[in-house]
Amino acid sequence: MPRVKIARKSTAIDMTAMCDVAFLLLTFFILSAKPKTQDPIKAEVPFSTSVTVVPEADFSTLLISQGKVFFNVEGEDLRKKTLEIMSEKYKIPFSPDDYKTFSNTEYSGMPMKQLRGFLELPDKDRTAYPQPGIPTDTTDTNELYDWIHSARLADKYEHDKELKIGIKGDAQQQYPIVRDVISSLQKQHVDRFNLITSLKTTK
Amino acid sequence: MAELDTSGGGKKDGGKVRTKKKAVRVDLTAMVDLAFLLITFFILTTTLNKPKSQELIMPDKDDKQTKEAVAETKTMTLLLGKDNKLEWFIGLPGKTAPAVISYSKDQLRKTLIDQNAKIKATHNGDPMIVIVKPSDKSTYNNVVTVMDELNIVDIEQRAIVDMSPVELDLLKRDGLY
Repeated sequence: MPRVKIARKSTAIDMTAMCDVAFLLLTFFILSAKPKTQDPIKAEVPFSTSVTVVPEADFSTLLISQGKVFFNVEGEDLRKKTLEIMSEKYKIPFSPDDYKTFSNTEYSGMPMKQLRGFLELPDKDRTAYPQPGIPTDTTDTNELYDWIHSARLADKYEHDKELKIGIKGDAQQQYPIVRDVISSLQKQHVDRFNLITSLKTTK
Repeated sequence: MAELDTSGGGKKDGGKVRTKKKAVRVDLTAMVDLAFLLITFFILTTTLNKPKSQELIMPDKDDKQTKEAVAETKTMTLLLGKDNKLEWFIGLPGKTAPAVISYSKDQLRKTLIDQNAKIKATHNGDPMIVIVKPSDKSTYNNVVTVMDELNIVDIEQRAIVDMSPVELDLLKRDGLY
């Protein structure tokens, strides 16, 4: 009986197509990834077992850390509109460049009177500038109250939606300032808000 | 041909410059490996790292109509003090002795479950109402932990309220303020 010979095949596979697909996907993921922006102040958010995902639009975040409060609203159009309303309220005019810078900056923690000077700093100095945080004194209409109020108005004008508000606090932050922030919210009858946490993985 | 001519442009002596024919096959395995590794990295960092949030509903401050009298024996008060300690009591301050506990699972959660069961048994299945009173010395983390434990134990009726002077004295007495 003659032995059946199995033809030897080369093990090399043409990887070109696979490589193409892999890089296509890679490009897609890189482009769709949101660049991580540097917060002006470090905040280690507390852990919880909650799994509700933070909304990406029509959302405002109040960052609380080291006794300072920073304000952010998602979306460049909303930031611009918010500043317009604030500028009207405080009778402080801003130049078109200021609006542009403000809508590109995520968190802001400047008192209204110093905001203009802050926005006119060169980019490099601005990111390094130690912002003092938004004043949250207990007067009836403090600046934080106005920021939140303006952002809510802006969202109503631009998108006709109710702005959702999240508090991103540092775990070690002492409670009194959190209470001030919550009372600023409650004064304008925002009784529902989100506490931003990260998921507890170890049981 | 799609190859680079690297032989230089010297053709002075009129002789033909011959380029060597090389195989154009390149081993792409390592490149594909790298690409997939990066893909995995980007997938993991974009979708799994979304921040989570916990909804907090505060009672409306101006709403006077919904306020109703609640049996004091149904309410449990948690006073959040310093050094990650808290104390709790049932009913009005001073009537029942407060107990100092920590935020750990076997202390806070156990107390909540036990008291909830006890109150349900004595009040025809009515659930316990929890009032959380954070002091100035407590941290934001403490508040989030308590709210999270209440979510886990499934106690719907809770509120965050400011502390009264009597309760502050209790905390001071127990060395938590």
